[in-house]
Parts: sequence; C-alpha cells; structure tokens
Amino acid sequence: MVLYIHYLLKNKQGERGYVPLRVTMVQLDVLEFLRLNKFEKLLYKIKLWFCSIPNAILNFFKKIWAALVRFGLFIANQCVDIGRTFKNGNWAVKLSFLIMGVGNFAYGQILRGSLFLLFEIVFILYMVFVGAHWLSMFDNLGDKSLQTIWVEETDPWGDVTLVEKTIAGDDSFKILLYGLLSILFILAFIYTWRLQIKQCRICMEITASGKKVKSGKDDLKSILDDQFHKTLLALPVTGIALFTVLPIIFMILVGFTNFDAKHDGYSNLFTWVGMENFNEMLNFGDSGMGLAFGEVLAWTLIWAVFATFTNYFLGMFVAIMINKKGIKIKKFWRTVLVLTIAIPQFVSLIYVRHMFDYNGLINNIIVALGGTRFKFWDHTTWARALVIVINIWIGIPYIMLMATGILMNIPQDLYESAKIDGANVWQQYTRITLPYMMFVLGPHLLTSFVGNLNNFNVIYLLSAGNPPKMNSNGSGVVIAGGATVGDTDILITWLFNMALGSETNYKMASVVGVCIFAVVAVLSLIVYNVMPSTRNEEDFR
Amino acid sequence: MEREELNVVENQSATPETEAIVLPPIVEAPIVEPAPKKKHMGLSAKSKLANTFIYIVLVLMTIVWLFPFVCIIIESFRVESTAQVGYLFPKEWGFDNYITLFRDTDFPTWLLNTFVMGLATAVFQTIIVLCMSYTLSRMRFKGRKFLMNFMLILGMFPGFLTMILLYKVLADLGITEERAPIGLVLVYVASSGMGYYISKGFFDTIPTSLDEAARVDGATRFQVFYKVILPLSKPIVIYTVLMAFMAPFGDFVLARFIARAADPGQNVAVGMWSWLEKTMINSHYTLFCTGGVVVAIPVTVLFLCLQKYYVEGVTGGAVKG
Repeated sequence: MVLYIHYLLKNKQGERGYVPLRVTMVQLDVLEFLRLNKFEKLLYKIKLWFCSIPNAILNFFKKIWAALVRFGLFIANQCVDIGRTFKNGNWAVKLSFLIMGVGNFAYGQILRGSLFLLFEIVFILYMVFVGAHWLSMFDNLGDKSLQTIWVEETDPWGDVTLVEKTIAGDDSFKILLYGLLSILFILAFIYTWRLQIKQCRICMEITASGKKVKSGKDDLKSILDDQFHKTLLALPVTGIALFTVLPIIFMILVGFTNFDAKHDGYSNLFTWVGMENFNEMLNFGDSGMGLAFGEVLAWTLIWAVFATFTNYFLGMFVAIMINKKGIKIKKFWRTVLVLTIAIPQFVSLIYVRHMFDYNGLINNIIVALGGTRFKFWDHTTWARALVIVINIWIGIPYIMLMATGILMNIPQDLYESAKIDGANVWQQYTRITLPYMMFVLGPHLLTSFVGNLNNFNVIYLLSAGNPPKMNSNGSGVVIAGGATVGDTDILITWLFNMALGSETNYKMASVVGVCIFAVVAVLSLIVYNVMPSTRNEEDFR
Repeated sequence: MEREELNVVENQSATPETEAIVLPPIVEAPIVEPAPKKKHMGLSAKSKLANTFIYIVLVLMTIVWLFPFVCIIIESFRVESTAQVGYLFPKEWGFDNYITLFRDTDFPTWLLNTFVMGLATAVFQTIIVLCMSYTLSRMRFKGRKFLMNFMLILGMFPGFLTMILLYKVLADLGITEERAPIGLVLVYVASSGMGYYISKGFFDTIPTSLDEAARVDGATRFQVFYKVILPLSKPIVIYTVLMAFMAPFGDFVLARFIARAADPGQNVAVGMWSWLEKTMINSHYTLFCTGGVVVAIPVTVLFLCLQKYYVEGVTGGAVKG
C-alpha cells in the first residue's frame, strides 16, 4: 500500500516534493519501517519529528549567522569595489563620485544621467531644508513641550487683560516619524550613489572594449521588456514600503520610547528609554507583564490548535459526506454552508454572541425547556468552548470548499490500480484519499494555524476577551500593560486593547507586538523546517 | 464520526467507475454534480443506512447553519420592540425597521460609502495584486526570493500597531473622519501587494511554454502579460475583485479608527457597531439586525453567483497537478 503513496507523491510532486517517507530513511530503512504496525509507525514518526526540532532550531541560528556573515562580506566587497573604481576610473567616473550622473552624461546616457542628477539635487535640498531639522532632534525626540503662558494683552479700548495662550512645542511623534524618513532617505541615497558608480564603471568598461553603451531609447524600451518586472513591481512595492514597512519600523522604535497616554508627544514629550520596556516585559511577578503574556500565550496556542484542527478534520468529513455518491442536492448543502463565508462576520458573529447573552435566545430556550439561565460569557471554560465551537461554524465551509475541489481531482487511476492489487475500500480510503487530501491541504493547515494565532475577528466579536482574569488572591481583575487580561483574550486582542483601549499604552503594545512577531516567526520557522517541504513552486513549470 | 467515515469509504469504491471523484480539472468546473451518473442498481442496505445517516447529519447542520441567519431576518420584522427580547417570533410583524433604517438614520450614507469603497478597492487592488503575483510567478530576477521572504516576515507583524501611525499620517493629509473612505481605500490598496499568494498560485499553474512560444514569436514581456496570460486569468481576476469588493463591508477595526466618530465617513460595519454600545443597544438592536440583512443580501448574492471562481481561487494553486 505504501507503494500507492509513493506512486502518488512521485507523480504529483516529482522527486523533490516526495517527502512523507523521507523520515523512514533517517534511521530505519524502508523494510524495517514497514514491519512496524500502524501504531508503532505513528509513534516512530512523532518521535522523529520531535528529534528534529533541536536540529531545526540550530539550523535556524546557523542560517542567521551565515546571513550576517554574508552581509558583512557583501558590504566589505562593495567598499573594495568602490575604492578600486575610484582608483582605475577616468575623470568622468571620478567626478561622478561627487556629482551624480556626470559619468552617464560623459558616455551619452542623457536620460539616466539627468535622473541621477535630479535625485541628488532633491536629496540635498530635502536634507538642507527639512531633514536636518528633524534629524537634529532625533536623539532625544524634542525638548520643548506644549506650554501655557499668561500674556498681557491690550484690547482696542486700552484695557489690559491677562490672556491664556499655548505655545506649540515640539512634537515627538513627528520628530520620530520624519527623523526615520530622513534616515531611510539617506540610505536610499547611498544605495543610488553606489548604483551610479557601478554603472559608470560598466560604461567605461564597455566603451573600452569598443561596444556601444545603452542609449536612453533602449532604456525606455526595456521598461516593457527586459526590465518589465521592475515596472510591474514599482507600484506594489512602493505601497508596501510606505504603508507597511515604514509603519512597522516606526512601531518597533516606539518600543524603545516611553510613548503612552501620559507621554502623548506634544503636551508631554516622550523620549528614548532604551531597553526599559523590554525589561518590564520580563517581569514575571503577580500581574506583571511577563506572567500575563505567558498566560495569554498559552491560551492563544490552545485556541489556535483547536481552531485549526477541528475545522480541518470536520471540514474534510463534511466534504466527504456531501460528495458521497447517492447524496442528492449537493449544491444546496454546499450553498447553505457557504453562507457563513458570504455574510460579513460582524453581522453573523455579533448576532450569535447576543444569542448566548444572559437574556438571549438560547437562555430563553433553556428556560422554556425547564433549565435555569446561564451566563455563558462569564465562565472561563464555557466562554472558551463556545468560542471554539462557534469558530467551527464559521470555519468549516472554507475547508469544505477546498476539500471538495480536491476530492474531485484525485486521479481515478489510483483507485483502479489499487483495486486491481486487491485493496479494499477502507485501505483505498486511508492510503489514497486521506493522504492525498492531507498532502494537498497540508500547506493550508500551516497557514491557517498561523492565521488563527492572530484571529482577531472571532475572539473580538464573540467574547471580546471576557471573562476578565482574576488576581491570584481574587481581589480584582488582572491589568497588564494598561489593559485588562481576559480568559479568552488571545495575544492580538490583548494587544488591541492595550494600544487602542482607554490607556493607549503604545510602548508596551509595541513590545508585545514584537513578542507576537517572535512567537509567530519561530513557530512558522519550526513548522516549515520540520514539516515535509510542502509545495514546490517549480513543479508546474 | 468513525463509523461515518467507514461507510463513506466503502461506498466510494463500491462502484468507482461511476464515482464523482474523477471529474474535469478544477479549472473548468469546481463544483459540479458527478458527471456521468449511472443509476446504481444494487445499493446495499448498509449503504442506504449510511446515506440516511448522512442526510440526518446534513439536515441538522443546515438547521444549525441557517438558524442565526433566519433569526436575524425575523428580528428585522419586529415592530413591538427595538430592544433585544427573549423570544423569537415578533408579536407584530412589519417593515417599520426598514423604513426607519433608510429614513431616520445615516445608514444610506454608510451603505453608499461602503459600496464606493468596495468598487474603488476592487479596481485598484486587483491591478496591484495582479502585477505583484504575475511578476513573482512568471519572472525570475535578482532579489525575487528575498522579496518573497521579506513579505512573508512582514506579514507576521501584528498589523494593528501600524494603525496608530497610519491615522496620524492620514490626518495630516486630511483624509480621515468625514473623508475617511478615501484614506481607507488608500490603506487597503497600498498594502494589498502582500496578499499575492493565491493569485501567484494560479499563475504558477499556467504552463510557461505559452510565454516561451510568444517570446519566440517576438512578443515583449509586456505583450506576453497583456495578450497571452491576462486573457487566461479570468477566474483569478474575478476572485481578486470579489475579495477586494467584500473587504470594506466587513472591516470595522481600521475603519473605526480612521473614521472616528464622524458619521458621514463611516462604513456600514462601523456605523452599525456604534448601535451596539450600551446606551444605544436598546433602541437600535432590531435596527442592527435590519441593517445586517440589508448588507448581507447583496454581498451574499454576489458571493453565491461567483462562488465558482472563489473555489477556483482558493483551490486553484493547491489542486492543480
């Protein structure tokens, strides 16, 4: 039977994607492995998986180190190259070290030359008139806050009155933002400067070998041909740089300041505090950040595991049920399920949440059946269970749709050859259908696990993190990072309350954000490294 | 469940040649009825039992799935109370809520805002996503792997944190509060390049031999994109448009943060959200349900009509093989 998987994977994924049996080659050879019974096989696989974790982590750090070394070498190489270019270059190349574009002009590339020159002029003007101002205050993020003073003022009738006036001071927020922008601009300038020096050198070499350099016309033509990828990427990448990368760098920097409700940046400036917030994060005392983070993280992981796997398996079973031969009106069943995807979640989830209210519909049904009212959202276990169950309601249809597509796509010859070899139905199912679905839906399992770690909508719209966690002595609710910590709070909802709740504790939110990033990154790295490589993008080529 | 699974399997291979498993590739018809369906004469008693069992499960599921939606619709016809009441069926039925909704509230503005935002997002986001995914899928250039890994890592940062900065910047540009829809579209579209995965998966499955043939015939890369690949990409274009159009209908976090309390700049989600605050909920609960129905109907109809493309979109990359 293993042969079928073998056949299947080999056929579908080519040699490189052929993995699930890889584990058998590590310690047991295939024959030894086959001799194990099912349970032992499973155990063996799990054991191997865990054994490979330390290696994966080690590899990860090795990779980081290697990347750092490579980066250092790269910079060194660049410097050496720049020096060599200056030494060997002619007057045009040497002059273009100072005035960008001169080299291009000298070799007849008017278009490129003028663009370089324009960039340099803009850069210098910006730096002199704008950048310098912000950069000079970047080291302490401003020193004059908003001031209220009383001024004697003479009105038209000659009476002198005292008038309250506010004088705007510095704005730490803007200083941080524009200082960061200026720094990025400087980096961009250095990159461009390096680029044009390289181009000059290449032009020089080309001319020396007697060929012609590219003209402006060639450049324009290549925009839609050789360099078409740059044309296509220009807009999306700019958008991502400005609206994702820049804000993320900014928010990481906020983690090193004391930016919160008390230090709002204009009436009370904020400034750099070094690692203080990160130290606070490591406070594992009662209602300290570290402890709260640990507790929320634990529930986040439990939630993500349950949410992912319940949806995954139930969704597959529903798909199998609906696709079973002999079941009529398949389209109807699917459409019914798909409604939860189509209807906006803030409508459906909020309504469901109110159904489970103290005086909601469900409680009234319970009362009608002779029970007593129950506060679902006030009991930790109930709230947690409900969130997971309702998530099934929302999540199954996605998997069902995908699994349906896959079920229809399993090559029929697999079943036929299995039947010829005498495989019974159950074997066909466990050896062909399941592995195939697992295999194709595997990548989705990973992404949906990561997605569930940050599944804001379901938690926030349903329980909103309630019920609040109690102190260890039961005297009150746990408040960490300026936000109450709830029993169903996952990291992302807690972070949301921290940053955008009443306290607007940006600094700790930023630290927690970095921690969330670390958690997600480490988990995905482990998963991607340990799990069999999923999909090879070159497969279809 | 286990018994269930067993039965399903047995049935599946009882007559595999008539089974639904092999069908035209998913591109053409993702959800279709099993193609050549012969009448199976000898369905065993066991199999019949299994089918009955499945029907019971499916009917139960249908009830669970539809119950909240039916409730919302029924609530919207309640006349005697605007608050949350403990019983389902209204004592008095009527269209009062719908009339109030369109006459006395800002709901029409919100709906219009959302609709316009949906259209604008759909157009621009589709362009951006297509550019991104096409490039990453079909072209090999220096820095491609780096770009993809970089975006993967970027996606792991919690996006909420960036909202604070985005709000300040948009406020400086003057596109928040009343003019929030413009700012929101800008934010949605600008970062949409990160969501290239699914359509890249689609482009990956179009054979490169097509490109090569066109290149041999002297087409530039732009012509390959515009004249060869794009006409083949109808499913993924529709999928992207559909997703982009639906996004503003469900967004309440970013939209609330950018629009603040300015009613004219809100989308439906934010506006209706404000009805659920403690002071408002008793006078607006049924209105919330009514609004929910009004929002859900067009979105649902659109989704159900284009469901086929949705399935192709999500499974496209994964299933082709």
